[in-house]
Amino acid sequence: MTRREIVDWAAAAAEDLDFTAARRWLEENTGRKAAGYLPVYAPREVVRACGMLPIGVHGGGDRLEIIRGDAFYQSYICHLPRSVVELAESRRLDFLSAMLFPATCDVIRNLSGVWQLLYPQTYVRYLDLPQVPDRDLAAGFWREELEALARDLGEISGRPATEASLREAVDAGNQARALVRELYRVRRETPWNVPTEELYLLLRAGELTPLEEFVERMRDYLTACQAETGRMRDRARVLVVGAFCEQPPLGLIQTIERAGCFIVDDDFLLGNRMIGAEVELEGDPLGNLARAFVRHAVKTSTLYEGDPAGKRRAIRERVAAARADGVIFASASFCDPALLDRPMLRAGAEEAGVPCIAFQFAENTGQFQQFREQAGTFADSIKLWGGAL
Amino acid sequence: MSEAEKDRSMLLQKEMLAAHYERLEAAPETREPVVYTFVPGNLTELIRAFGALPVLPEINALQSAMRGKSQAYIAAAEKAGHSEDVCSYVKCDIGMSTAGNVGPTGTRLPKPDLLLLSYTGCYTFMKWFELLREQYGCPTVFLQVPYQADGSQTPVQRSYVARQIRETLIPTLEKATGRRYDEERLRENLARSAAAEEDLVAVLQSAKKMPSPIDAYFGAVYYVGPIFSAFRGTAEGVAYYRALREEVEERAARGEGPATPAGRLDRQKWRLVVEGPPNWTHFRDFWRMFAEEEAVVVASTYSKVGGTYDFGFRHDPSDPLGTLADYCSGCYTNRNLPSRVEMLERYVEEYRADGFLIHSVKSCNSFSAGQLTILREVERRTGVPGAFIESDLVDARYFSAANLKNRLESYFQMLEARRAGSGT
Repeated sequence: MTRREIVDWAAAAAEDLDFTAARRWLEENTGRKAAGYLPVYAPREVVRACGMLPIGVHGGGDRLEIIRGDAFYQSYICHLPRSVVELAESRRLDFLSAMLFPATCDVIRNLSGVWQLLYPQTYVRYLDLPQVPDRDLAAGFWREELEALARDLGEISGRPATEASLREAVDAGNQARALVRELYRVRRETPWNVPTEELYLLLRAGELTPLEEFVERMRDYLTACQAETGRMRDRARVLVVGAFCEQPPLGLIQTIERAGCFIVDDDFLLGNRMIGAEVELEGDPLGNLARAFVRHAVKTSTLYEGDPAGKRRAIRERVAAARADGVIFASASFCDPALLDRPMLRAGAEEAGVPCIAFQFAENTGQFQQFREQAGTFADSIKLWGGAL
Repeated sequence: MSEAEKDRSMLLQKEMLAAHYERLEAAPETREPVVYTFVPGNLTELIRAFGALPVLPEINALQSAMRGKSQAYIAAAEKAGHSEDVCSYVKCDIGMSTAGNVGPTGTRLPKPDLLLLSYTGCYTFMKWFELLREQYGCPTVFLQVPYQADGSQTPVQRSYVARQIRETLIPTLEKATGRRYDEERLRENLARSAAAEEDLVAVLQSAKKMPSPIDAYFGAVYYVGPIFSAFRGTAEGVAYYRALREEVEERAARGEGPATPAGRLDRQKWRLVVEGPPNWTHFRDFWRMFAEEEAVVVASTYSKVGGTYDFGFRHDPSDPLGTLADYCSGCYTNRNLPSRVEMLERYVEEYRADGFLIHSVKSCNSFSAGQLTILREVERRTGVPGAFIESDLVDARYFSAANLKNRLESYFQMLEARRAGSGT
C-alpha cells in the first residue's frame, strides 16, 4: 500500500461510527466475540488471549449527532460519556459482548454503572488500576484483577486464556507498542515528515481493527516515511498535553499544525503506549503484564504520582525528550484529571522557562478559529522570542 | 434558624467542633501531630490511636461556605490557574490555605504532619492531595480503596486494603507521629465507633415514623457531622450520639418534627428521599424551600458518604484492619450505580416516601455522573415520581434560588395533583 492508501485506510477506519472492520472480523468466523474498552488504559492482551477482538470506544467525535445521549448527562459533565451512550443507544455497539471501563476518572467509573443498568446483557468490568507506590503490593493486586478479567472473558468467548495464548498476546502487544514508539520517534526527529493528523488516524484505526492489520499498516507506513523524507520545515515544536481521554476533533490537531506548530509529543490515545517498555515474555504472562504496568506506566494524570517533585519534573523531562519549544495544555472541558493536574504541570514547565498556553475543547468542537489564533500567536512568539531555555 | 430554635445536640456539636479547632490551632505548641485526610474512607480510629488530630478538608470547605467565605477562596484559586470546571471544594481549600489557612471558625489550622490520602470513592481526592502536598511539603501516604464495581467488596480487595494499612500506613504514621502502633488502643477506638454508629442508625431510622422526628438530609448534616469528621472512635463522639438519640426519641415520643429554618416541622405534608450532597453556600435558604412546603426528608444518600451503617455494618474491634477495609469499601460513593439504585429503592419503600429528589452538584462527578440514569431507574422501580435540581457545593455562582424554588414548587404541585388523583 502506498502512504496515501494507508492514510486513507486509517481515516476510513477511524471515522467509521458503525465499526465495520470489527463487525467484518466477527462475521468471518461464527462464535467470535469482541470487547470494547474506554480510555485510557485497558489490558488488550488479556482480551486477545481469550480470542476476542479489543475495540477502543473513544466516543463519536464531531461526526455523531447527539440525540439521546444528552438525556443521560448534565451540561457540566464532559462530552465523552454522552457520545458513548449515544453510540450504544443507536445500537452501534451492539456487537460488543463486553465493555471494560478503566479507572480513568469518576465519569468513566460511573459510566460502568450506567452500562450495568442500561445494558444488562453486556458483560461490564471496571478496571481498578493499581495506584499504590508499593510496587509489589500494586502488581500483586493488579495481577489478581487481570486473572479475574481473563477468567470472565474466557467464559464469554468460550476460549479461556492459556499461558500460551497470553504469552502470544503479550508478544503481539509488545510488537504493536514498539511500532507506535517508533512512529513517535520518527515524528519527533522529522515532524515535517509525519503530520500528526496522519499519526493520529493510524493510532485511532489501531483501536478499531485487528492487531495484525494494524501492525502491517504501521510497518508499511514507517517504510514509506523512510522512502519519502519530505521537505524540512522550521516551525515551533510543541508538546500537547491533556487529551488522553476525550479525544480532540481531527480539525483541532490539523489547526495546531497549520498554525505554525509541529506537535512533537502528545497524549492522544495514550493507552496504546501506556506501558513504556517491553513486557517480559518468560514466566507468568499475567504477572509480567502486571509488573510492566506498575513499573513502566507512563506518567499521566490518571495515575497517582508518589514523588512530590514528580509532576513538575515529568513535564520538564517530556519537553527535553521531545526537544519541544513550548507546551500546549489542551484539555477536554470538565476533564477532572487533566484540569486538576494542569496547575502542577504548568508550574513545572514555566519554572524551566518553557512557554505554555492552555485551552479547552470538546470532542465535537466545530469552530477552530480561536485555536488557530492562539496556536499561531504561540508559534510566532516562540520564533520571535525563543522557546524552552 | 435562630439560636433558640436549635436542638440541644446542635449546640453540643458546635461546642465540640469549636474545641477541636482550638485544639488544632494549639497543636504546634502542644505538639499533637496533625493528619489531613478525607471524609469518605477516613481512618479516624487509627489516626487517633497514634494520638494525632484529624483535619478534613471537605469539612473546612463546606464550613467556609456556610460562613460566606468560600467565594473569595475560590476566586483566589482560579486566579492562580485552577480551572472553573473543577471541584469547588478543592479550590476553596487551596484558596483557604494560601490565604493563611485560617479555618472556618476563625482559628488558624496547623500544617499537616502527614497527608493521608484515602482514595475512596472520589478521583479528585488524588489530585487534591497532590496539590496540597505542593503547598505543605509534608509526607503523603496513599491508601487505595478499590471500587465496589460489582456491588460488594471482594476478598482480594479487602486483603489489598488491609495489607496497605498494615504494611504502609501504620509504619508511615509511626514515623510521622513518633509513636508506636498500639493495636489495643485502636480496638478501644473501634468499639467506641460501633457504639456511636448504633445510636446514629437509631436516629436515622427514626425517620420511618410519621411524623418524622428528624430531617434526614439537612438535619442529618448535623447528625453525621461528628462521626464523619474528627469524633469517630472518641468518648465525646459516643456521648454526642447517645445525647442525640435521646433527644430524637423524646421528640418522637411527643410526635414532633425536627427544627428547621422555617420553624419546627410538625406538620409534614411530603416525605422525600434525596440523593446528592447539599448546597452549602445557601444551606439554610435551600432547607427553607423544603420546610416551607412542609416537606421533610426521610432518607438521604449524602448522610452515608462518610460511612454506610444502616444496612448493618459496624466497626468490629476483633478484626481491626479488616474492619477498616470494610468501612472504607462501603462508603456511599465507593458503591456502584446499581447498588446506589437499590439503596434508594429501599429508602423509598421502607421510609414510605412520596417523592424522590436528586440534587446534582456541578463539582462532584463521583455523585453527579450517572444521576439521570439513577433517577429513571428509581422511578421505574418504585413508581414514585422523581425530580432533578442542580447547583453546586461551595461555589455560589451556581446557586440560583429562583430557579430552584420554581422547580421545587412545580414538583410539589405535581405531587399534590398526583395525590389528589389517587385519593390518598
